[in-house]
Amino acid sequence: MKRKGLTKWVSMLAILSMLVLAGCGGASDADKGNGKLAEEQVLNVGRVPSEPPSLDPLKATDNVSGLILRHVMEGLTRMGEDGKPKPAVAEKWDINEDATKITFHLRKDAKWSNGDPVKAEDFEYAWKRVLNPDNAADYAYQLFYLKNGEKYHAGKAKVEEVGVKAVDDQTLEVELEKPTPYFVSLTSFYTLMPVNKSTVEKNKKWAAEAKTYVSNGPFTLKTWKHDQKIELAKSKHYWDAKSVKLDQINLPFIADDKTGYQQFKAGKIDETNMIPTDLTKTSLDKGEAETTPEAAHYYYKFNVDKKPFNNKKIRKAFALAIDRKLIVEQVVQGGQQPATGFVPWQMPDLAQNKEWVKTREDYLQPTAEPEKAKKLLEEGMKEEGWDQLPEVTIDYNTDEGHKKIAEAIQQMWKKHLGVDVKLRNSEWKVYLDKTRSGDFQVARYGWLPDYLDPMTFMDMYVTGGGNNDINFSNKKYDQLIKEAKSTGDQKKRMEAMHRAEDLLMDEMPIAPIYFYTKIHMQQDYVKGVKRLPDSSVSYIHAYVTEK
Amino acid sequence: MLRYVGGRLLLLLITLWLISTMTFVLMHSIPGDPFTSEKKLPEQTLKALKAKYNLDKPLPQQYLLYIKNLATGDLGISIKTPNRTVNEMLEDGFPVSARLGLQAIVIASLAGIVMGMIAAVRQNRPADMILMFIAVLGISIPSFVLGPLLQKYFGLKWELFPLAQWGDGFWGEFKFTVLPSIALAFTPLALVTRLMRSSMLDVLGNDYIRTAQAKGLPPLRVLTRHTLRNAIIPVVTIMGPLVVGILTGSFVIEKIFSIPGIGKYFVESISTRDFSVIMGVTIFYSGLLILMNFFVDLVYGLIDPRIKLGEKEAG
Repeated sequence: MKRKGLTKWVSMLAILSMLVLAGCGGASDADKGNGKLAEEQVLNVGRVPSEPPSLDPLKATDNVSGLILRHVMEGLTRMGEDGKPKPAVAEKWDINEDATKITFHLRKDAKWSNGDPVKAEDFEYAWKRVLNPDNAADYAYQLFYLKNGEKYHAGKAKVEEVGVKAVDDQTLEVELEKPTPYFVSLTSFYTLMPVNKSTVEKNKKWAAEAKTYVSNGPFTLKTWKHDQKIELAKSKHYWDAKSVKLDQINLPFIADDKTGYQQFKAGKIDETNMIPTDLTKTSLDKGEAETTPEAAHYYYKFNVDKKPFNNKKIRKAFALAIDRKLIVEQVVQGGQQPATGFVPWQMPDLAQNKEWVKTREDYLQPTAEPEKAKKLLEEGMKEEGWDQLPEVTIDYNTDEGHKKIAEAIQQMWKKHLGVDVKLRNSEWKVYLDKTRSGDFQVARYGWLPDYLDPMTFMDMYVTGGGNNDINFSNKKYDQLIKEAKSTGDQKKRMEAMHRAEDLLMDEMPIAPIYFYTKIHMQQDYVKGVKRLPDSSVSYIHAYVTEK
Repeated sequence: MLRYVGGRLLLLLITLWLISTMTFVLMHSIPGDPFTSEKKLPEQTLKALKAKYNLDKPLPQQYLLYIKNLATGDLGISIKTPNRTVNEMLEDGFPVSARLGLQAIVIASLAGIVMGMIAAVRQNRPADMILMFIAVLGISIPSFVLGPLLQKYFGLKWELFPLAQWGDGFWGEFKFTVLPSIALAFTPLALVTRLMRSSMLDVLGNDYIRTAQAKGLPPLRVLTRHTLRNAIIPVVTIMGPLVVGILTGSFVIEKIFSIPGIGKYFVESISTRDFSVIMGVTIFYSGLLILMNFFVDLVYGLIDPRIKLGEKEAG
């Protein structure tokens, strides 16, 4: 009996491998030498720690929802590996000279998972829905670029006045408040993804369950077992379905990094970012984990209203006394880069078509500069007429990682400046409340970009800016940012932002520490996973080879 | 008896009301709200969000609204997962936590009582030493160590049980629940064992036991009929709160084994300031706790006829 079973099994395998081989005949060059395609094109991904808060583009604000939305939905454009927007639902687009009017031409073959064609109207409807104040979308501001968008959201303009209009099924006209050359890349962001108008109007809870969910992306939401797992299946209605090899993506919810890591080691997970912090360094050293640069910046911000950081020289002294290289190599140990300016790596200079960090001079050394720092501290104290430096406290939110960095910096300031500083930590929301109300001297901060343009960093510190809780105010800086925002000319914009960064790094209201990385592990048989400059991950063109 | 039950139920409602009121006040007095995040939202958006969840109204009004909804059994929408209501979250999650909890309780109470009895009867002998050693381990090994250890050996090395996640159907789920149930049962098992042992030793020293032995009853009968019944009362007392604690899930165990229970809401709702979830789980938990204590009181009467409920004059 046993033998019979085995023969059957062998012959089945033979037939299957023939089929697979036949399938491989038409494969593109990229597949050659990577082994044969596995018969079962299923990818198990360990990136979802818990239930995604919402899969309605209107309500999604987090990475997990974003990861799923990027696979089940598709915006007008999709980010390419070079960080530039690539055609997706929109086949092409025309921008007027000052980047205030954009016309998107939609492809005819884009379809919803229920077979409906994707129309320009779906985008107009979705965007106005996000801006509608009754819907209370957290990310409504992602559409404030539209003409009258902000006003409509504030109840000061009518919905018809919002600058988006479906001229016909395939043409979407967008009018912007100000020149915004990066608006085209914003259309790849999940808040700007379309929704199926008739579905949403019929069923308010359409996005709560897999069976009522209608999407237009390369995958559909096959299963959503709340608090357990999500499964995505290849969409047969997707316009570019022939380039999608995966039949299914499984996203089990794994709450604990250690569990995710063990699952990966046991081969149950094919790709994951779940690597426990205490294993980061060993995993990287062993080569089982890899990092990619992330366009985000970890820094300390000085409250310029609070002594002693009202003084520019003292701010500089404290910034210069930080050994960034040491923090990256000995404390965080995840391949991060010592920050020597404000705008992080991965951000593009769109005039020179290079990475921004390569188009500027380093404002700081990666290591500490004790002599210079000490001299600046003395000068600063003389300017203020202090014999003794006012007491300084570092604030951070309760977290082992932040604590280690704060302790390292405490030691550096003691060693290089001879200053004793105190540490104070508070629970996350308490911490946010405290820093918002200006109740801090120096506090840790991490800024992740909204879009891939240096502006997402640079406009943060204009006078009265929403996230400028250090109360930095500089007329010339404001002027430069205004200049950059009033033109569609990339050369002028980039130039103005470079000058603004010069100024910011001279005033030093923030002390750069490091630029982030993303960490991941991937089994050898998994190919074609793309990690994009906005640090999102794409499995759209991924596939599995035989083990 | 009926009057007693009625009185207790009324008391239950009053206690629940007090707890929900206090939770409401405390919750609103901590800094931060569900919408504070690293990136500050525009004023207008904050206003719209607060209006949507009634957070823009004066606190007393919010309170009245909440109590009104609560009276109809509506716990509101989770602010952080706007797709789901708190009722749905509890309906989906509680059976999972409860199943795991029940299995753990069966393991902990049965094994605990037997181990405690053996330890007491064999006091200061090797069997007692070994059992007490296990009990000490149970109390001192935290679940976040035990969980991964079980995973590593039973899941990864010997591949006896799946590592994490959850199956379908009653039996489909079973293999997923074995390891977490054991991890969950370990600490209460140790507690029950120790309690049972000391309580048994107390009872064994009594005159009536000697009488029973003297009149020639078989040892096993003395043990089950005379000793166990008297010794089990303290164990029943701790069972009430223990059962609730276990049934409503464990944050750590559920996290390690990726179990879709409600344990995580107790912790996460507070850090995200998801007001409706905080209120929902607190009320649910306290209601269950009060009910369980009530049942324990009823069970006393069954085990020990000397304890009579609600009949003060008889006491």
